[in-house]
Amino acid sequence: MSDHPSTYKPGTAIERWLDSRLPIIRFGADLMSFPTPRNLNYWYTFGGILAFCLVVQIVTGIVLAMHYDTSGAGAFISVNRGIMRDVNYGWLIRGLHANGASMFFLAVYLHILRGLYYGSYKAPREVLWLLGCVIYFLMVVTAFMGYVLPWGQMSFWAAKVITNVLGAIPVVGDTITTLLWGGYAVDSPTLNRFFSLHYLLPFVIAAVVALHIWALHVPGNANPTGVEVKSKSDTLPFHPFYTVKDLFAISVFMIMFAVFVFYLPEAMGKVDNSVAANPLQTPAHIVPEWYLLPFYAILRAVPDKLLGVVALAGALGVLFALPWLDTSKVRSMRYRPTYRTFFFFWVVACAALGWCGGQEPDGQIIHGFEGPVLIDYDINSVTWLSRISALYYFAYFLVITPVLGLTETPLPVPDSLYTPVLSHPAGAPAGAAAAPETKG
Amino acid sequence: MVAHGLPAMVRAPNQTRISFKVADSLAHTAPETDGPADPGRRDFIHIAAGAAAIGGIAAVAWPLIDQLNPAADTRALASLEYDLSKVALGQQVTISWRKQPVFIRHRTPKEIATAKADDTASMKDPATDASRVKAGHEEWLIVLASCTHLGCVPTFAQGEYGGWLCPCHGSQYDTSARIRKGPAPKNLELPEYSFLSATKVKIG
Repeated sequence: MSDHPSTYKPGTAIERWLDSRLPIIRFGADLMSFPTPRNLNYWYTFGGILAFCLVVQIVTGIVLAMHYDTSGAGAFISVNRGIMRDVNYGWLIRGLHANGASMFFLAVYLHILRGLYYGSYKAPREVLWLLGCVIYFLMVVTAFMGYVLPWGQMSFWAAKVITNVLGAIPVVGDTITTLLWGGYAVDSPTLNRFFSLHYLLPFVIAAVVALHIWALHVPGNANPTGVEVKSKSDTLPFHPFYTVKDLFAISVFMIMFAVFVFYLPEAMGKVDNSVAANPLQTPAHIVPEWYLLPFYAILRAVPDKLLGVVALAGALGVLFALPWLDTSKVRSMRYRPTYRTFFFFWVVACAALGWCGGQEPDGQIIHGFEGPVLIDYDINSVTWLSRISALYYFAYFLVITPVLGLTETPLPVPDSLYTPVLSHPAGAPAGAAAAPETKG
Repeated sequence: MVAHGLPAMVRAPNQTRISFKVADSLAHTAPETDGPADPGRRDFIHIAAGAAAIGGIAAVAWPLIDQLNPAADTRALASLEYDLSKVALGQQVTISWRKQPVFIRHRTPKEIATAKADDTASMKDPATDASRVKAGHEEWLIVLASCTHLGCVPTFAQGEYGGWLCPCHGSQYDTSARIRKGPAPKNLELPEYSFLSATKVKIG
C-alpha cells in the first residue's frame, strides 16, 4: 500500500504461521497504522459514516428479505401488515432500513460536497473520485428499486415513470423497458426482478467501496489545505487518531438517525404509499424521495422528453468529468475565494432544484403574484426556477470551473499542511478551517 | 515466465515473425524448430479458441437476457371483449388490458365537434379525429390510458382542451386524446380493437 512500510510484527507462533500464508492480520494492521494527514476536520468523517450506513442497510435488508413476499399480490401486505405489525421488531428493522436510505444519502451528499470544496477529485485522486461517482450511481439505482418493493401507489408509479424515462432512449428504449417490465406494463414480474437486483446491488456497492478505499490508500488522504503530505511529521497513524474521530462522528450521526427511526419514522414517507398499488389510477401528485428531487426537477424543467432524460443523465455524468474540467492548479477552495462563491451558489441551486422537484410544475414561487408568461410558463413558476437553477448547475461545471481555474488569482497556499495547524492559536485542525488564508 | 516443459515463445526485436524454441525437456518428443516454424498453426488455435469462447458466452448470454422478456402466461393475456352498453353517454371507464389501463370514453356530440374543429390546429403529433376512432363509431374513443411522456394515467375534464391532463408533468390532451401541450411527445396510443357488434368491442 503506497510507500507505507509495514510495522506489523507477528507476536505468536500462530500469527507467524498465518502471516507467511495469508498476511491478512498484517493487511489490517497496516490499514490501522496508515499515515493520515494530521489536519483532517469533521468533514472527513463521512467516509466512516457511509461505511456504517452500508452495513446497516445490508444487515437490516437481509433480515427484511426473510419476511418479504415478492409477488405483486402479496408484497404490500407483507410489508404493511406482516413486517410492520406481526414480525417481532419488524417495525424497528424496517424503520432502520427505510430511514437508513435517507441517512445514507444525507451522508453521501455531505461527503461529495466535502470532495468538491477541498478539490479531493484532482490529480492524483481521479480514479478515487470516479469510483465514488460509480458508488453514488449504484446507490441511486438501488434506492429506487428498494422504494418500489413496498408496492404502494408511490412505489408503483415511481417504477412506471422511471422505466418510461429509459424508454426515451432512441432505438433500444422500448426493448429496455420491456426487459425491465417483463410484460406490457409494470407488474408482478417487474417487482420480482427489482427485488432480485435490490438484493444484489448492495454487494456490488460493497465491492466498489473496497476499490474506493484501495484507491484512497495509494496516494493517501487529501486534506483541507490541498497541500500534499511532505514528511512523516505531517501525518498521524489512522488508529487511534482517526478511528476515534470517526467513531465520535458516527455516534453523533446515530443520534440523529435514532431521532428519525423512533420519533419521526414516517417523516420521509408519503401517505400515498399506504395505498396498495393500483395500475388504473395515478396519485394526484407524485414525487420521488427527497434525495432524488433535484434530478426530478431537472427532468421536468426540459419540455422535450428525450432532452429531459439527456439532462437528467448529464447532471450525474458531469460529476464523472469534473477532474478534467477543473483547470486550477490550486486544490482547495480555501485558497480560491472566487470559486468558493460560485460553489456556494451551486449548493443553493441544488437546494432550489430539490425544492422545485417536490412542487407542482406550474406552482407559484411568490404566492399571489401573476408574472408574464415566458414561452410556456409564468416566470413566477416552479418550472422557470427549475430551469434557471438547472442552467446554473451545468454552467458551474462546464463553464465556470474550467474558465475560473485559468483566470482567477488564488490566495497564497501554505508550504506545508502543518503550517496553518501550528500557527492556529488552539493548534486544532478543525478550528483551522475558519480563516487559514490569513495566517498561512 | 513459461510453465515448465512448454515451448518458450521468443520474439527478437528485429524479427517480425514469432519463432518457437522448444525446451530441452521436450526436445526428444518435438522436432527441433530453430527459426520460423509454422506460426499460422498457433494463430489458428488462438483464434479458434477465442471464437469458441465468444460463441459460448453469446450462447449463454442470450437465454439470460431473453428470460427478462414477457413470459408465456403474460403473453397469453392478449385480448379482451367489453360490453359498451354499460357506458352511458359522457361517461368513461378505465379497464385493464394486458395489465395496461385503457380508457373507453363515450363521447358527447359536443366533444366530437370540438375534436373535429381542431383537426386543422397546430399539433405536436398531427392526426385527424377520424383517424382516432372507427368509422361509424365516432362516439367511442378507445385509447391506452398511459401518458406518452412517462406513463401516468391522465385525468379527464382537466386542462385547457376539454380532454385529459396528466397529473405527473402537466401534459394536456384534447377530446380526441391528441397531445396539445406539455412534455409528452405523442397522442395517447390507440390499441388494436374492432367492433364485434354495435355494443361489443374486442381489444387486442
